[in-house]
Amino acid sequence: MTELSHIRNFSIVAHIDHGKSTLADRLIQSTNTVSEREMKEQLLDAMDIERERGITIKANTVRIEYIADNGELYVLNLIDTPGHVDFAYEVSRSMHAVEGSLLVVDSTQGVEAQTLANVYQAIDADHDIIPVLNKIDLPASEPDRVREQIEDVIGIDASDALLVSAKSGIGIHETLEAIVHRLPAPVGDRDAPLKAMLVDSWYDPYLGVVVLVRIMDGVMKKNDRVKFMRNGTIHQIDKIGVFRPAMQDVAELGPGEIGFITASIKQVRDTKVGDTITHEKKGADKPLPGFQPSIPVVFCGLFPVDSAEFEDLRDAIEKLALNDASFSFEMETSAALGFGFRCGFLGLLHLEVIRDRLEREYDIDLITTAPSVVYHIFMKDGTMQELHNPADMPDLTYVDHVEEPRIKATIMVPDEYLGDVLKLCQDRRGIQMELTYAGTRPLVVYDLPLNEVVFDFYDRLKSVTKGYASFDYQLIGYREDQLVKMQILVNDEPVDALSMMVHRDRAEMRGRAMCEKLKDLIPRHMFKIPIQAAIGGKVIARETLSAMRKDVTAKCYGGDATRKKKLLEKQKAGKKKMRQFGKVDIPQEAFISALKMDS
Amino acid sequence: MDVESVEGGFGLYVHWPFCAAKCPYCDFNSHVAKVVDHRAWVESYLSEIKRISSETGPRVLNTIFFGGGTPSLMEPETVAAVIDAARAAWLPANDMEITLEANPGSVEAGRFAAFRQAGVNRVSLGVQALHDPDLRRLGRIHSVAEARTAFDIARNTFDRVSFDLIYARQDQSREDWRRELTEALSMTADHLSLYQLTVEDGTVFGARAAAGHLRGLPDEDLGADLYQITQDLCEARGLPAYEVSNHAVPGSESRHNLIYWHAGDWAGIGPGAHGRLTINGQRFATETAKAPAKWLKDVHTGSGYSDQTTISGNDQADEYLIMGLRLTEGIEPARYARLSGQHLSAQTIAHLSDLGLIAETSTPAGLRLAATRSGRAVLNAVIAELAATAG
Repeated sequence: MTELSHIRNFSIVAHIDHGKSTLADRLIQSTNTVSEREMKEQLLDAMDIERERGITIKANTVRIEYIADNGELYVLNLIDTPGHVDFAYEVSRSMHAVEGSLLVVDSTQGVEAQTLANVYQAIDADHDIIPVLNKIDLPASEPDRVREQIEDVIGIDASDALLVSAKSGIGIHETLEAIVHRLPAPVGDRDAPLKAMLVDSWYDPYLGVVVLVRIMDGVMKKNDRVKFMRNGTIHQIDKIGVFRPAMQDVAELGPGEIGFITASIKQVRDTKVGDTITHEKKGADKPLPGFQPSIPVVFCGLFPVDSAEFEDLRDAIEKLALNDASFSFEMETSAALGFGFRCGFLGLLHLEVIRDRLEREYDIDLITTAPSVVYHIFMKDGTMQELHNPADMPDLTYVDHVEEPRIKATIMVPDEYLGDVLKLCQDRRGIQMELTYAGTRPLVVYDLPLNEVVFDFYDRLKSVTKGYASFDYQLIGYREDQLVKMQILVNDEPVDALSMMVHRDRAEMRGRAMCEKLKDLIPRHMFKIPIQAAIGGKVIARETLSAMRKDVTAKCYGGDATRKKKLLEKQKAGKKKMRQFGKVDIPQEAFISALKMDS
Repeated sequence: MDVESVEGGFGLYVHWPFCAAKCPYCDFNSHVAKVVDHRAWVESYLSEIKRISSETGPRVLNTIFFGGGTPSLMEPETVAAVIDAARAAWLPANDMEITLEANPGSVEAGRFAAFRQAGVNRVSLGVQALHDPDLRRLGRIHSVAEARTAFDIARNTFDRVSFDLIYARQDQSREDWRRELTEALSMTADHLSLYQLTVEDGTVFGARAAAGHLRGLPDEDLGADLYQITQDLCEARGLPAYEVSNHAVPGSESRHNLIYWHAGDWAGIGPGAHGRLTINGQRFATETAKAPAKWLKDVHTGSGYSDQTTISGNDQADEYLIMGLRLTEGIEPARYARLSGQHLSAQTIAHLSDLGLIAETSTPAGLRLAATRSGRAVLNAVIAELAATAG
């Protein structure tokens, strides 16, 4: 139990690769929180994928004890927040659990779009912000320019920004002192009823669900019976402690403190980020404000390449879902791809992370179908249906109108690529909201339909800017538009797995692209095959796969029979792997190539 | 004994593995050797004939075929010894067909009379092209003029003469082929084997193609057109196709090759020779070692077979389908059903008939199923469809 005046809670806001994790490591190391021997690079990003991608997926936390130059001991709690917009809500909860932020900017690069979104979250949470210019020892470092940029773009005072090289250990002591002296102490009432915010939770195979909490008011102790106010469930605390960064038991957690509890909770699903925890008896009347349930916005199908791995996939998905309440799934069958799951994600990165974990940690080869968004289908009878899978689109005669999710996209791009980026956004039905300059770099803000972004926007943006653009987005709501279901017909038979929702104006283009792609992917048959894209009954694009004209072995005598027989066996086996649509055999590879998301 | 494989006839295939030079497109088992111990080869062939005939028992021998390699490089005495031994080992048919593949060079032409003397009554000349630059590209060591001379000598020496041409060659236009084939048809062969050039793995052409150095090969459309031109011209000149790549004056079909396509029986001797034999009601596939020295050694130690396996009914049915549908006369669906215990799908047959790729005809002997002219152009797909949907 530490006095409020000697606690500082903070987070670090930074763009990927700007040195957030390295700085965290140095802070931990220089305060001897971890011995040399235990130190490994980037302590907080525990998952392989987090380390590889240089991103944080789950909030991590560490308690640092620091004896300041004034001789007093301070407890510094660092919450390392997820750095991506897919986890915007989680970020906002983490931000509300602390009082200040270090804004780390690479002094050789400057401010990036992603930094902006997170720093605005910090400002929204009323943080005091200490700018930190990192990589100050590199020749390309331009602290003056970057300081100016921070002031121009973010609008905070950067005149007393810290000059740091986390890698070389420069400015670490100054950073610790700044945390103590420039960030506020938390406030709270030890005698008030318990109010603890559920910041994050995860599943530990030995302990069950571990819950990360920030105590706002009151005191939490081992064996307390506590209530999760969202759904009223009662649990008894088995274990209470802090992260240093390993778990260390404590007797209690008081106001302003950050730590963990375990309470025989079996599923992460039972613990909602942002929920308020209080005592069963004499608890708080009202929860903390700001709770939102997490809602998946991007959906895609995940199918095992080898249908025999379906059960393995089910197990793996169930295990991942134990630890990730924001990830949803339901079984799906597809004529083209067999048995699999339709899965919902918070965004594209979330999708990629889950897919990577399934493939890597569970060793399952997956077919990932092109992601789609959740449409709101307003029926003529006044009801609304959520559409997760274009194949389920109801008959148009019953549909009044369709709404789609829109995002606010923030893109920073070097001047020379600005024209291309504007064109890309226009082509994707974007509406320009802002065009300003962050120092010398243009900053564009567009209102874009999410379905255009999940299609291939990222890849296009990367390619038109040679990788120099930075991009971030947030969901801003649903809006009506001319959205239609486009069907693909192969030899006049509809192929449901290839249906997609598209904007009416873009349908021809997308339809033509799909027909052309399929023409190359479907092998020639003994007859010609029309491949059509259609909306309702109307064909909007058509390609014809001409009939095979020649496929015969010129020479075949006695000894060749054996060889030909082997070939025939292969052809027969190959035919079994094809999916039949009417008289047309479509190889699974064709579906995979036509549907898959380019990674 | 399976009556049907007896009905398909019985032949002897003799493989002579040596060539003066290896052609860049050829994936047959051929070797270039400086010295060949002819005596060892005679002994080995005779030893194999003796061994196999003791297994088959007395059977009517319809054909002998000397293939290679370049069998026209064999000593005529070797050929004579093999023919005599085969005649003695089995019961020679009155009209036994004895074919020898020959290179149309001047050296070989000089031996034709001796081959005739040995009993050969049919030659198959590897002319390959009537265009000198293309002969060189194909790696052939003879010229068009030499080939024409050899053909004339053969025509005067043997009862029946066939020759091979390779078409769909690099940079060959429809007009080029029409002209060349017309010229070929004006020579008085009773049989023509007209093959589209196939680039096989493991050949010089295969390696060149893989490296992107084999240019000017026809695309599917040109290949299909060349095939149709071939059918038109040959039909008009009275040598209709009786098999995918083989054309003959009616009655002059290669009886030996028909044994393969009728899924009959044949003994295969020499390196890399395959055989199909029905013994005590069991059908066997036989194989021999490909390397000449290895085969000689195997024979010396008792048997030239490197492998002998029984063929299941299903496999026999597949072979029957693969081989039989190559013939314009087609197959008997009933025989397929007897072998495999499965029926070809009526639905598939109807579908393929609608597409004009196959046709059913009823004969006094029962229903027959044959690929049409356009069906033969896509025969691999037709066979795969039939085989995959049988049940």
